[in-house]
Amino acid sequence: MASEKGVMLLDFWVSPFGQRARIALAEKGVEYEYKEENLRDKSELLLKSNPIHKKIPVLIHDGKPICESLIIVQYIDETWSDKAPLLPSDPYQRAQARFWADFVDKKVFECGGKLWKLKGEEQEAAKKEMIEILQILEAQLGDKKYFGGDIFGFVDVAFVPFTSWFYSYETCANFSVEEVAPKIVQWAKRCMERESVEKTLPDPKRVYEFVCYLKKRFGIE
Amino acid sequence: MVASAAVRLFGMWASPAVRRVEWALKLKGIEYEYIEEDLSNKSSSLLEFNPINKQVPVLVHNCNPIVESLVILEYIDETWKDNPILPVDPLERAKARFWATFVDVKCREESRKAFFMEGEEKEKAIENLQVQLKALDEELEGKKFFSGDHIGYTDLAVGWMTFWLGVAEEAAGFKANYDVKFPNFSRWIKDFLAEPVIKDNLPPREKTVEFFRAFKQLGSCTKVNQK
Repeated sequence: MASEKGVMLLDFWVSPFGQRARIALAEKGVEYEYKEENLRDKSELLLKSNPIHKKIPVLIHDGKPICESLIIVQYIDETWSDKAPLLPSDPYQRAQARFWADFVDKKVFECGGKLWKLKGEEQEAAKKEMIEILQILEAQLGDKKYFGGDIFGFVDVAFVPFTSWFYSYETCANFSVEEVAPKIVQWAKRCMERESVEKTLPDPKRVYEFVCYLKKRFGIE
Repeated sequence: MVASAAVRLFGMWASPAVRRVEWALKLKGIEYEYIEEDLSNKSSSLLEFNPINKQVPVLVHNCNPIVESLVILEYIDETWKDNPILPVDPLERAKARFWATFVDVKCREESRKAFFMEGEEKEKAIENLQVQLKALDEELEGKKFFSGDHIGYTDLAVGWMTFWLGVAEEAAGFKANYDVKFPNFSRWIKDFLAEPVIKDNLPPREKTVEFFRAFKQLGSCTKVNQK
């Protein structure tokens, strides 16, 4: 790829992982070129930039690719360090933030997927698991404004994109996030007051339409 | 004595994730107290310090617990700044983290399948593992270690493959054949294992093979409580 100056993001509109990168870039006020990928016909640029995983998001900065959403967010934080720090400066607080972002990474998306892919007992088990995950996160949030305290930080960026999937999770598995984890819902509303989040996250109903499309495509009832 | 009481590591002798943390502590010359956990009967301290995952390793520094071995490595690097293990440049740091995550998530998954499964699924996992090893081999082209002339974060992250992959192969009867197919990777394994901090901090091989053999026979698909 050409070593062009500037920032480009290869992404797919509904991906919560891509949205992490977009929110981080917006928080930092970084201008970038957005390229929507067709995941059923991946571009040459994507395949060259991420040959190992062939996945979005990929951030390309002055021609150099960075892959994996949480790694991208840390790169953005370290490169544009003069504004809106996403990670705290204290090493212990940073370790806590990394742990919880990793927790979100390992738990939320996969469990969420089970909620719309599975039925019957398996779906019930996944629902119990998701409720537990949400309540663990709610306990971690406590009465803080954000996971980062007063500062909208790394864990907030890691988790907030999944809030536009709550409607899909609730509709497919028949439960209410507000009932099981009300503080998470309030936190999500506070995050939506931030321009970076409000301009990035898709309408939950559009996400649900996408989930329904996936269900049809994979022959799930 | 105060210094060593300030840093404690909860671990299990056979766990590669625990050794990874020990290697980092020793590279930095940090004194610590090691507490061996019986994972079939976890101590109340472990459960208190890691209530979410209830796993080892847990580093406790001045009574503050840090969990997840890669998170612990970054904490160690940021707290004790001598002999840095992560590069300074953000792009190089992103690359180091990329390879660490690749090995921890993808290679470990295929190794786990090659270890526990049989027949076609085992063969497929070995194939996938070899594709991954090829990528690691290419990344090592022209470099002594992943981190350059000295071992660093990426080497410590990939380091479990220098010993535990061989153990898994012997315990579960498969061969990834990296000594034949991937010369850079094989050369790196030798250089890594020759480093004093590493070679003096490995579990006894036979005992580890026996442990993993027994673990496989249990037929359990849970990981060795390591992160």
